[in-house]
Amino acid sequence: MPLTIDEVEHIAQLARLELGPDQVARYREQLSHILDYIAKLRELDTTDVPPTAGGGLVRMALRADRSEFGLPTEALLKNAPEAQDDQFKIPPVFE
Amino acid sequence: MSALTDLTLSEMQHGLKEGAFSSRDLVQATLDRIAELEPTLHAFLHIAAPSALRQADLADEARDAPKDSRPLLGIPMAIKDVLTVEGLPCTCGSKILEGFVPPYTATSVQRLVDAGIVIVGKTNTDEFAMGSSTENSAYGVTHNPWDLERVPGGSSGGSAAAVAARCVPAALGTDTGGSVRQPASLCGVTGLKTTYGRVSRYGLVAFGSSLDTVGALGRTAEDVAAVFSVMAGADPHDATSADVGVPAVDLAQAPARTPLRGMRIGVPKEYFVQGIQPEVETAVRAAVEVLRGLGAQVRDVSLPHTEFALPVYYIIAPAEASANLARYDGIRYGPREAAKDMWGVFYRTRGRRFGPEVARRIMIGTYALSAGYYDAYYGQAQRVRTLIRRDFEAVFQDVDLIAAPTTPGTAFKIGAHEDDPLAMYLEDVFTLPANLAGLPGISFNVGFDKDDLPIGLQLIGPPFREDVLLRTAHAYQQATDWHLRAPEL
Repeated sequence: MPLTIDEVEHIAQLARLELGPDQVARYREQLSHILDYIAKLRELDTTDVPPTAGGGLVRMALRADRSEFGLPTEALLKNAPEAQDDQFKIPPVFE
Repeated sequence: MSALTDLTLSEMQHGLKEGAFSSRDLVQATLDRIAELEPTLHAFLHIAAPSALRQADLADEARDAPKDSRPLLGIPMAIKDVLTVEGLPCTCGSKILEGFVPPYTATSVQRLVDAGIVIVGKTNTDEFAMGSSTENSAYGVTHNPWDLERVPGGSSGGSAAAVAARCVPAALGTDTGGSVRQPASLCGVTGLKTTYGRVSRYGLVAFGSSLDTVGALGRTAEDVAAVFSVMAGADPHDATSADVGVPAVDLAQAPARTPLRGMRIGVPKEYFVQGIQPEVETAVRAAVEVLRGLGAQVRDVSLPHTEFALPVYYIIAPAEASANLARYDGIRYGPREAAKDMWGVFYRTRGRRFGPEVARRIMIGTYALSAGYYDAYYGQAQRVRTLIRRDFEAVFQDVDLIAAPTTPGTAFKIGAHEDDPLAMYLEDVFTLPANLAGLPGISFNVGFDKDDLPIGLQLIGPPFREDVLLRTAHAYQQATDWHLRAPEL
């Protein structure tokens, strides 16, 4: 079943993607096509099958429980579009 | 005398040790070769010439000092641009990371640097490793060295092309759904996908966290083994790296007549179905016969849920990607698109700077995880993933490894799947199952089709048995010479 324009716009909003009307129309078609294909999974009865979560590791590697120095603030701020007083600077949240 | 860049990694190691040439010679020859071919191939997103030459000189000085036993001292290598190297740009093939210079080096890369490698550059990739052709790179497609009108595969297409074209003897790639094995197959080189958790992912830009693995590409299994042995093993910086010992993979011993005696190899019938290029099937079956001739026992096996791997993958990988890529918001790194408030910055930066495939996957993932759809999509995919894993577990009761085609066809023309994302996804139909089950796999060249395009054989092994895959690929390469062929450039 194809997605509606409203559904595509809602998904884009949840994903924080600004899309133009052309893009919405194109993604609507492509996403519907892909979702139709993956609906194939419903053919299988998985009532008694447990989910696989994660990559199926034998044992996780844990580091020693002690404090360590991380990267310096300066190194972390170097790639920020805007920074001030050792902090990331953002545009206004509210008018 | 052939060019220095024609040497394999192990030949380079030997020549450096004997003093036949210096690392400076080797790295200069590498940089010259890259400069000569980049206009036609575009395998690289960044070339680190000054730092590479500096490192080469340091390697030469160190070699003169007694007792420097670093195994890869002075060997040039390239790194896929989704792995961080301190001080070198890391774009992930995306405009959203344009200009980003990471402040630390990935553990996999750091271990190689500690072992002596010289990094000559960062290789092209589909944006955030999402793709099978490098056509999704925001910085232009890489061309296949065997036919410049065709794709090299992807997403590690830059690494595969650079190795195939003899720009570098080895390169790092990453494999989330086939991104090392598929380009290795399409470019006729050897590519190893490691077991989930085998190699640290600290410094690997996250795509699908339950699937992502770091791998290596080279011309021979022996060279790939040399890289693998250095980077494998648990890392305190990555809690998903597994605390499992790394067996020594020494392939240097004299070749035996039946080196694979006692090995049981399963050939899954589900990998020889609709849509496979007949020449691929012929070459793969012939390669299996070579393995039988080397002493292996070959039997038919079945992995009945294979056909569900693609839909499972295209729920799980986008779902994980939609969460992982939420971090790109124009606040902490990467460029920012101007807007009147913070929300506008999020929408505009992401809307304008993610390419279409990444946006598609973020939206599929967002949809699959959204209220009301979670159980029908993500929950069901996780349960079917269990069935796929069980298929492999059952087969590995009876065989030591599985042999199959890496891809249904050889390299396709640039632009062939342009308007059909699903057709592109089908390229990975034979590689996705190993990622879903967390298993190691290797692809290497076993012949050519009528257009002289390489054909790959894929071997899949039980968890943490990269040694078996490498040993088998090596035995095949000792008995055949497909891997020695070079594209005419």
